[in-house]
Amino acid sequence: MAFRPDHELHRRRFGRNLGLGLVLAAFVVLVFALTVVKVTRGDPMQAFDHTTRPEMAPATDGTEAGQ
Amino acid sequence: MADIRSFDDTGEARFGDYVQLLKPRVMSLVVFTALAGLLVAPVSLHPVEAFAAVLFIALGAGASGALNMWWDADIDAVMRRTRGRPIPSGRVQPGEALGLGLALSGIAVVMLALATNALAAALLAFTIFFYAVVYSMWLKRSTPQNIVIGGAAGAFPPMIGWVAATGSVSVEAWLMFMLIFMWTPPHFWALALFMKSDYGDAKVPMLTETHGRKATRAHVWWYTLALVPFALALGLTSIGGPVYLTASVVLNAGFLMGAWRIWRRDEAQAEADGYKVEKQVFRFSLYYLFLHFCALLADAALRAWGAF
Repeated sequence: MAFRPDHELHRRRFGRNLGLGLVLAAFVVLVFALTVVKVTRGDPMQAFDHTTRPEMAPATDGTEAGQ
Repeated sequence: MADIRSFDDTGEARFGDYVQLLKPRVMSLVVFTALAGLLVAPVSLHPVEAFAAVLFIALGAGASGALNMWWDADIDAVMRRTRGRPIPSGRVQPGEALGLGLALSGIAVVMLALATNALAAALLAFTIFFYAVVYSMWLKRSTPQNIVIGGAAGAFPPMIGWVAATGSVSVEAWLMFMLIFMWTPPHFWALALFMKSDYGDAKVPMLTETHGRKATRAHVWWYTLALVPFALALGLTSIGGPVYLTASVVLNAGFLMGAWRIWRRDEAQAEADGYKVEKQVFRFSLYYLFLHFCALLADAALRAWGAF
């Protein structure tokens, strides 16, 4: 049950794959850090989509009909 | 590609070859000027946002570098200086460079919009378009003024940095743009005077080839003269200060003096001393731009500490 030795291609391209892997990992960390910063500072995180979001409507003084 | 080379251990692209496609030396300049534009702005970003903004501005510049290498591979193969680049040397396929350039352009623009704002991202997209299409595809091979208009691509980063922080373009951002935009032609032509280039073989029109060296010398002087008011005016805006004004007066006097000496010389004199003045002025022009931005940063730091 021995593992087969690495194909020569994988050894040859190890540097490229390692480099790309590190770049992608750094990208993930950066996006996560950006998310934490933006959420903790309370930037608007919602947008209108296909359903009504009353909390997205501009604030009123609460005297409109229906209140 | 079922290229015989792909089975050959020596000719395959390494990670570094893809990095070379992004022109890392140009990117390092973009990092510096974009960071300067961002730091002198009156609004300060969170450090993570600022880091992301500078990173994606530089990535956008790198992406346009890859697109430029894809388009100019035929020129690069002819010229000695660029023959070893990844595409002409055969390590990277042209289609890979195109794909990398387009993909990174998209990532950089979208991420800059998410990290900062849509206007900064739009300016970055325009910069990439300007360098890859307007400069590389339209101007570079058709007019000796290519360097003048193409310089705009290099002039955008501090403006994008400023807009990333403030959300709008102001007179300070325009003057930082003009400082680099007007600086590029005399800086580059001083280099063209002493570099024995083979642009002629590659059929790229350069001022020294199309209009001669005498005309190029005159151009260096007149463009330097046109640069000075923009450089000094930046010192009178909200981001200027005593450090900038002092540095700018000294540096502009030096640059003017050098450009004047280049203009008053002829080729015989230049050949006699091995293009000494031209080399001096070229070196000085590098410090000129670098120190202008350092001075802006110094004034911003002094202002932050409440020195004035």
